[in-house]
Amino acid sequence: MSNQDILFMFIKIGIVLVGLLSVTPIMLFVERRGSAMLQNRMGPNRIGPFGLLQAPLDVIKFIFKEDVAPGHVNKFYFSLAPMVVLIPALMTFAVIPFAGNDFQIANLDVGVLYCFSIASLGVYGIIMAGWASNNKYSLLGSLRSTAQMISYELTLGLSIVGLIMIFQSVKLGDIVSAQGEFWNLGGIEIPKLGIFMQPVGFLLFLVSSFAETNRLPFDLPEGEPDLVAGYHLEYGSMRFALFMLSEFVNMTVASALLATLFFGGWQYLPGMGWLATHLAGESTESIYLMSTVFHGLSFVIKIACFMWFFVWVRWTLPRFRFDQLMNFGWRVLFPLALLNVFITGILIYLGVL
Amino acid sequence: MLAQRKTGFLNKFYVIEIVRGLAITMRNMLFAKRATIQFPEERRDYSEKFRGQHYIKSVNGVENCTACMLCPTVCPAECIHIVAGEREDKEKYPIKFEIDSLRCCFCGMCEEACPKDAIKLSNIYEMSQQNRTVYEKEFLLEQRGNK
Repeated sequence: MSNQDILFMFIKIGIVLVGLLSVTPIMLFVERRGSAMLQNRMGPNRIGPFGLLQAPLDVIKFIFKEDVAPGHVNKFYFSLAPMVVLIPALMTFAVIPFAGNDFQIANLDVGVLYCFSIASLGVYGIIMAGWASNNKYSLLGSLRSTAQMISYELTLGLSIVGLIMIFQSVKLGDIVSAQGEFWNLGGIEIPKLGIFMQPVGFLLFLVSSFAETNRLPFDLPEGEPDLVAGYHLEYGSMRFALFMLSEFVNMTVASALLATLFFGGWQYLPGMGWLATHLAGESTESIYLMSTVFHGLSFVIKIACFMWFFVWVRWTLPRFRFDQLMNFGWRVLFPLALLNVFITGILIYLGVL
Repeated sequence: MLAQRKTGFLNKFYVIEIVRGLAITMRNMLFAKRATIQFPEERRDYSEKFRGQHYIKSVNGVENCTACMLCPTVCPAECIHIVAGEREDKEKYPIKFEIDSLRCCFCGMCEEACPKDAIKLSNIYEMSQQNRTVYEKEFLLEQRGNK
């Protein structure tokens, strides 16, 4: 590895970290304003234009709040838990290609499997938080979280098996470039996007990623009517903010995975390619720059759409009951995922896909 | 025991119901009127019968009140305190007229009992104060009402 490569690597890591961490204030704003809009309210609109300064002020408030650790908690694990939740959430993004031209922190051979394995590490932090809080509600919340994560990880993994069978690779870079090709379907050319190849797989992945990120309608680990606040009940100030941060980062990663696997990742949105070639001009450097920027922009827009979808669903659907959640996971999603794999196999054998 | 509800086969997958729900919220976001009243700029319209802050009506700078003591008599919260007196132009008038605003329950009985149409409840509803307030006569004589 030359010095230039290392510099390039640090630049990429910088872009990803800054991007992921700045998602939180943006999402804080979008969640509050968006929820208000969906419920015919106004939302916070007093501070700054359109209330845009609300989110930075919320962050400042979190930083300056007193950091209280109650007397009955296990101090070491109590302060360790938020970090254990946050770090895997940030690590997951490493294998996701966020623009063309090798803009990916690590092009691992295991690709998407790495994503799932690291994402499931996040549950340790939640269990740790629940256990260290020494409080029955927190413990119940983290127990629920464990059960839920394990059940839905199965579906999450199985739902993309069909996709991997079609693209014959688990490397996310390969999957994205394969989605740039076209598929001739009776005279009509459609792009080989994951959603067209695997519509059922997409739905399953979408539902289980909601469960994985502990978002409504599956946010039973922090269900306030029955568990007060679940595993982050005893947390305050910046420690609580870390949980919130990791929730939003998890959301971003889930959206990024959805965009990468099913909507062509950094592939141009319609019109973006035209814009990039027209703005770039002749020289190779500017073509490189422009294509990278517009690839990145397409990816960010796709992620943003999914993030909005997460918020939209949160303020539309009521929370599931726990037995409904388990029933839905094991008796509806899991068989459907298996069936999807089976049918995909048959279609590949017949040469349709 | 759980109540068994009949659910259609398609509804068990929730997909159709969820899409309908999402459509409802999106329709509300895009087209529905915002229910919020942005308070300092916008005000809610209350009825003319609203019973808010008290005032004593006066005609040509002379208060209508003749200190007949009907309002402290009828007041269920006993929040009106009147000391009657005499002066040149008026045979009987209130030297002191105090309403303890925290005791008042805004029932409007004083308004109904008053034979001279003197004590009134306006429709001012922003009456928050930082300390326990007794409305003095001078305060009550400001003609802030609209009735």
